[in-house]
Amino acid sequence: MSLLEIENATKLYKISGGLFGKEKQLCALNQFSMNLEASPASITTIAGESGSGKSTIANLVLGFTSLSSGSIRFRGKDVDKMSSAELYDYRKSVQAVFQDPFGVYNPFYRIHHIFKMAIKHFKLAKSKKEGSDLIEEALNVVGLRGEEVLEKYPHQLSGGQRQRMMMARAYMIKPRIIVADEPVSMVDASLRAAILDVMLKMRDQQGISFLYITHDLSTAYQIGDRIFILYQGNVVESGDTVAVIDQPKHPYVQLLIDSVPAPDPDENWGEQIDVPDEEETRFSDAIGCRYIGRCPQKTDLCVSKAPILKPLAVGSQHNVSCHIYD
Amino acid sequence: MVKSTEKTLQVKDLKVYYDTPTGDVKAVDGVSFDVYKGECLGVVGESGCGKSTAAYGILRLVQHPGKIVGGKIDVDGITVSQLNEEEFRKIRATKLSLIPQGAMNSLNPTMNIGAQIKDLIVTHEKSLNSTDLSHRIDGLLRKVGLPLRVVKMFPHELSGGMKQRVCIAIGIALNPSLVIADESTSALDVVVQRIVAQTLKNVQREMGVSMIMIGHDMGLMAQMVDRIAVMYAGNIVEISPIKEFFSNPRHPYSKVLIDSIPSLKERKPLKLVEGITHDPRNPPPGCIYQLRCPLANETCRKKSPSWRNLKEGHQVACHLIEDEDHVAA
Repeated sequence: MSLLEIENATKLYKISGGLFGKEKQLCALNQFSMNLEASPASITTIAGESGSGKSTIANLVLGFTSLSSGSIRFRGKDVDKMSSAELYDYRKSVQAVFQDPFGVYNPFYRIHHIFKMAIKHFKLAKSKKEGSDLIEEALNVVGLRGEEVLEKYPHQLSGGQRQRMMMARAYMIKPRIIVADEPVSMVDASLRAAILDVMLKMRDQQGISFLYITHDLSTAYQIGDRIFILYQGNVVESGDTVAVIDQPKHPYVQLLIDSVPAPDPDENWGEQIDVPDEEETRFSDAIGCRYIGRCPQKTDLCVSKAPILKPLAVGSQHNVSCHIYD
Repeated sequence: MVKSTEKTLQVKDLKVYYDTPTGDVKAVDGVSFDVYKGECLGVVGESGCGKSTAAYGILRLVQHPGKIVGGKIDVDGITVSQLNEEEFRKIRATKLSLIPQGAMNSLNPTMNIGAQIKDLIVTHEKSLNSTDLSHRIDGLLRKVGLPLRVVKMFPHELSGGMKQRVCIAIGIALNPSLVIADESTSALDVVVQRIVAQTLKNVQREMGVSMIMIGHDMGLMAQMVDRIAVMYAGNIVEISPIKEFFSNPRHPYSKVLIDSIPSLKERKPLKLVEGITHDPRNPPPGCIYQLRCPLANETCRKKSPSWRNLKEGHQVACHLIEDEDHVAA
């Protein structure tokens, strides 16, 4: 049974054309579909550059913005049409971890506050004792002990610890899905592994699925199961993470992977590249492939017709949206 | 790589402390290094290790409650740490320049790009006629690969990558001897980061300018720098030519840094790191890395390690490593 189904999700923003200009619609996310099975739990990566629509997906799933068209279904129920009791359950089942481990804390409260708030709101515990047991268990999952951290203030902890604390908070609510929006991008490299490890543990031992939203392909490669790569609101390539990154098909994904600096002084970056800024392809009335402005392999077809996302071969899990593979 | 023995910058025992009610935080605690002419030196380390503070210490841009406690800084053979504030101001941008971390926030939103570059040149060089000036600005923009229409544009009209390239243009406008690039590409997308980093490298090569590149992305360091210095809790613990560093890191902390680079080639188990850095107000006696070092022994807890000289200018501060001077012969 599918846990979360996103079907043709589209998000448009109106852009004013000035006093006499025509109002335009900017397409932040175009016809995005994905399906998350209830089991086994998995880590689905959504990757792309700034403005590619990856955070829009997070915001839609978390209900921070509403869809322009399409639907999001949780256990078969449309999230937009849920009753308040169902929505309460949905909010409990879908938790979030955000990018900035410094900004999410209120500096005036001790760490235990964020846990106690969640317990109170979701009525997780019947007594104080039960509550503190819950907190302790959640902290143990992320490798921390209550006595070390709960009485401290946020500024007394490192970025890595704070982010693990957010993971623990999300875990304590026992969700089915955690939307992790760039959870490691502001954490030091040496501490990143600890957070990624928590994600793997939660997936394998607790059956929690992740929507891992990131611009960093290398961490996705290390822990992700499936990947969707977005460019200007469209999925350009999707499939098994290792398959996509080992053998990228779309010209954009090829450039993206090629541009990750190799941690090896003997392996050179290749020649200087340049990309023109391409804004007009983002509007909803644009026809043709959105990548034409930068694509070295474009043809006339790419200008007149937008490619659709389809499997590389019949039955393949590896999908690409490019006319080269028609 | 440019091999030169001429030193553009010599830093000796630089100390920058932050004043707090419970004692001084020793953000940079006795850092010494040289930058050779035409060389790019990378400085890496985790957040809070003092890498940016060291750069600001060199530029004398440390703000209260920070204070420069000591150290001698020579630029092109001139001891700039003795100069008074007005004399030092003239050194900034002409000899020492900075490409700051957030290009988004370091440009003036009310001035167009041309005016901002002009402002800098006119402040430092006074008499220049307007044709020369606009030629010079055009030349700078061309050098960083920006179209000339950018002159008339305002910061909000530019993308992050373009703004960062404007900052590079401003950084090199007065032909400085040394450019300090503080995390200048870390807020950019991978593809744009590559473009900006390659622009920076090309400009540096063409002008033969020395550069200090501060960052935490080891991949970027591998691509960009000639030598690398690893900082930990206000101290440099290893300094090495880049190839030697990646093939043979010696300090336990450097090994952690290299091991924690996520690979795009093979999927391997994650490496977890234990231990927490000490309170920077109160470093333990002995080696500063002892609390996180899996190999720390009695000596490490008592005595701070001196520099061990390995081959080809590779230096490391660790008790567990022997001098290798004879190898060089």
